[in-house]
Amino acid sequence: MLDRTADVASLRDWLIAADRDRHLHGIAGSVPLAELAHGTSLGGRLPELAGRSVLVATGDQLTAALALIELDGVARRLILCPPDLAAEHRPVVIADAEVDAIVTSGQMDAGELGVRLHAVCHPAIAPMGERPAARHATEWVMFTSGTTGMPKMVVHTVAGLTGAIKRNAAHEGPVVWATFYDIRRYGGLQIFFRAVIDGGSLVLSDAREAVADHLARLGRHGATHVSGTPSHWRRVTMSPSARAMAPRYVRLSGEIADQAILDNLAALYPDARIGHAYASTEAGVGFEVTDGLAGFPAGMIGRLPSGVDMKVEQGTLRIRSNRTALRYVGGGKGTKPALADADGFVDTGDIVELRDGRWHFMGRSNGVINVGGLKVHPEEVEAVINRHPQVRMSLVRARRSPITGALVVADVVLREDGAAGAGEVEAEILRLCREGLTRHKVPSAIRFVPALAVATSGKLARTHA
Amino acid sequence: MTTKLTILAEMRKVAEEQAKTLAPLSDDLVLLDSGLDSLCFAVLVARLEDKLGRDPFTASDDVAFPVTLGDFVSVYERAA
Repeated sequence: MLDRTADVASLRDWLIAADRDRHLHGIAGSVPLAELAHGTSLGGRLPELAGRSVLVATGDQLTAALALIELDGVARRLILCPPDLAAEHRPVVIADAEVDAIVTSGQMDAGELGVRLHAVCHPAIAPMGERPAARHATEWVMFTSGTTGMPKMVVHTVAGLTGAIKRNAAHEGPVVWATFYDIRRYGGLQIFFRAVIDGGSLVLSDAREAVADHLARLGRHGATHVSGTPSHWRRVTMSPSARAMAPRYVRLSGEIADQAILDNLAALYPDARIGHAYASTEAGVGFEVTDGLAGFPAGMIGRLPSGVDMKVEQGTLRIRSNRTALRYVGGGKGTKPALADADGFVDTGDIVELRDGRWHFMGRSNGVINVGGLKVHPEEVEAVINRHPQVRMSLVRARRSPITGALVVADVVLREDGAAGAGEVEAEILRLCREGLTRHKVPSAIRFVPALAVATSGKLARTHA
Repeated sequence: MTTKLTILAEMRKVAEEQAKTLAPLSDDLVLLDSGLDSLCFAVLVARLEDKLGRDPFTASDDVAFPVTLGDFVSVYERAA
């Protein structure tokens, strides 16, 4: 349900009465949110961007945040370009999302992309008189992270993206939000919206910053509400600077939160409320668990007070709510699967298992391995291993890790007639993998096996979870 | 080989494989300053499980994540 007051037509309107002490804190500087209500970060280019499909492809999170606030309601569509979108995918994104304007922070030459309108976003806010009216229910297009090759894009609305955020929630004292995520990812964007709508400031992360420096910065800005994946939080617990901040609220999402990390965080921050949230780019925010235990209570299946419906079918969690994405973008007609089934439920692809009155997350139904929040398709790794002339077949699977949730390992069947010894072949396979794959996809161990099971379908038998 | 020497040898091996520069290994070395990142530690803990037959971080929910190399070694020594 859209829970906006009548005079709020866009994200920027939430800032009109913002206190002077509310800021967006980037690694290189801070911007007072109140300034943005009356000024612009786009160098006077805002009117030209009205009604357009705008690719927000800045080099840093601070300028992305500023551009998103200014363009909501003004642009027809905002495409949130994640920092790791490969350059070769940009032309497809531009075509599929009908991009006719690009906002950068000046870090790249947008001219070669064939989009004529290019605006540069600056963290220095300039005064601005007349603004284009906010007349669009802007579509927010986000990238899913779980695919090989070209990532999928899904369409959200601000109403759906902010459906889990309480308006005018009572807080004890000032709130300073922070997230280890990039705000152009679903998990980070949730915290960005909380800062804009629920009030308070926001400390943005930066991929180039060391953990200790980041924690010190969170301490300096007085971060109170901090969010990240279990892998992010494990790094925090390993840092001598973990107590440089004293959060009142610790939030985990994006990966399975096991009991160890929940207990470790409770010991580290005894005064903090600790919650693990379930959300995905496609299904939106499902729910949050705050009882300190891994998994979620069996009683949550059904209708939640928030209006979210959940069910388990064929072993995976299905979610229906007004927070789910509306549809996929691009890829030609009929080639993308429907996002939701006929009843409006989105299959999250997360396998759950009922044990002792709680549902526990067991892995992904499509076999995707989650290494510290980064997705790995086994088939992609197998294709590289199978290039080795002495490999007959291979099976890539997950090995549980207390540090990154999972690691990639490979079972390999060699040809009988091979001349090289297993040790030599192993080194050669790993070299192929390191040359052809990003680090988290390279198997951490290779096991030579005499055979691999093949299912009746003729495909490799994969045991997920 | 002692538990400690096994750990140090595996750390050097992982660093080399992952093309990371390892800091001088001393008991008070902060793990996050060692030159190894999360992925390196994940690989290290898996290798040590294969070598030593134990993964103290998975075996018990009570084990706090160590801060220094000395803490890390003693978690394995206690689990022996």
